[in-house]
Amino acid sequence: MVVGTLVGTIARLVMLRVDHRQYPTFPQAYISHLALGFIAAFVGAVSVPALLAREFTAVTFLVLVAQQFREIRSLERDSLERLERSQVVARGPDYIEGIAKSFEARNYMVMLTALVSSAVTRGYGPLLGAAAGVATLAVLARFLQTRHLKNIAVVRSGRLNFRGTLLYVDDIMLMAVGLEEARLVFLERGLGVVIEPKDDNARDTLAGMGQRQAIAHDASAALGVRKDIGHPEFTPVVRRDLETGRLGMVLVAMEPDLEPLVSAVRLTPVLESSRRVPLSTRAGRRAAD
Amino acid sequence: MKVQISGEIMAVVASRAEQVLAGGAPVFVEPDEATRQRVAMFLGRITDGMVHDLENGVLILVRH
Repeated sequence: MVVGTLVGTIARLVMLRVDHRQYPTFPQAYISHLALGFIAAFVGAVSVPALLAREFTAVTFLVLVAQQFREIRSLERDSLERLERSQVVARGPDYIEGIAKSFEARNYMVMLTALVSSAVTRGYGPLLGAAAGVATLAVLARFLQTRHLKNIAVVRSGRLNFRGTLLYVDDIMLMAVGLEEARLVFLERGLGVVIEPKDDNARDTLAGMGQRQAIAHDASAALGVRKDIGHPEFTPVVRRDLETGRLGMVLVAMEPDLEPLVSAVRLTPVLESSRRVPLSTRAGRRAAD
Repeated sequence: MKVQISGEIMAVVASRAEQVLAGGAPVFVEPDEATRQRVAMFLGRITDGMVHDLENGVLILVRH
């Protein structure tokens, strides 16, 4: 049981690394998630000895804890949504939903890891128990791995240019920029990126507004956005080429380096809620040519 | 949620008054191209609106 709790808590710690989402970033958030992870691990670890002792009420506690984890999801969602207003570049609802879901899922992972390692410890000793816990976590993590944009699309840099007052990246129209001054800034410091979907599934996934907002958010979070209130023209926009489904993006970054921008976009997660799979339907396959 | 008007023309900066005879938005008439840009810039900063050029001497401010 001790081994199970320990392995589970460590598992939560491992999953708490600050990742590309840049969230959570503060010790206070770490503590609350670690505490919940500990509870999850404890309940998972305890359930095996409890069941062996024929204490079936222990199962109700599992249910109770599962209920709590659903709370975590809405808690995360609420707090992120509230912060959304003060973001210079919003995450978008799809992204928030994805983060909230993954926080919930991580607690289930911890519980399962603790359960397995506690059960194995019971039969084969603490060393094998810990090993089983690590193995469970590895399998789960692999299974739940988020896909990144680079898995579904080719990301490359594009050339920004103006046709009249319309801003283009290569041949994808982005927006109309009326101010002469702003046009000069775009030409001087703007960075253009073109995202080419690899197949029809990717094309429809990239069309989602939530997915596009996530791309814009991640890119500006990584490079810093040159934007403020009163300067709406420098909001990063991601627009679609209607002919091919390619996306074009422009970002006026604090750090005007193209290569890091391209890699930041490549590492944007593909959001669960934006994912579309037309190729899995018969009609979609027939339409694809 | 902050409720605000979006996707609506908030102001118009035109080179000649007869280009924009009617409308629900405030109209500023500035014959000079540079002044027009300047007025539009100020209005954009103040209203947090995006400046678009209709390429006929008329600039509009839109909040997106």
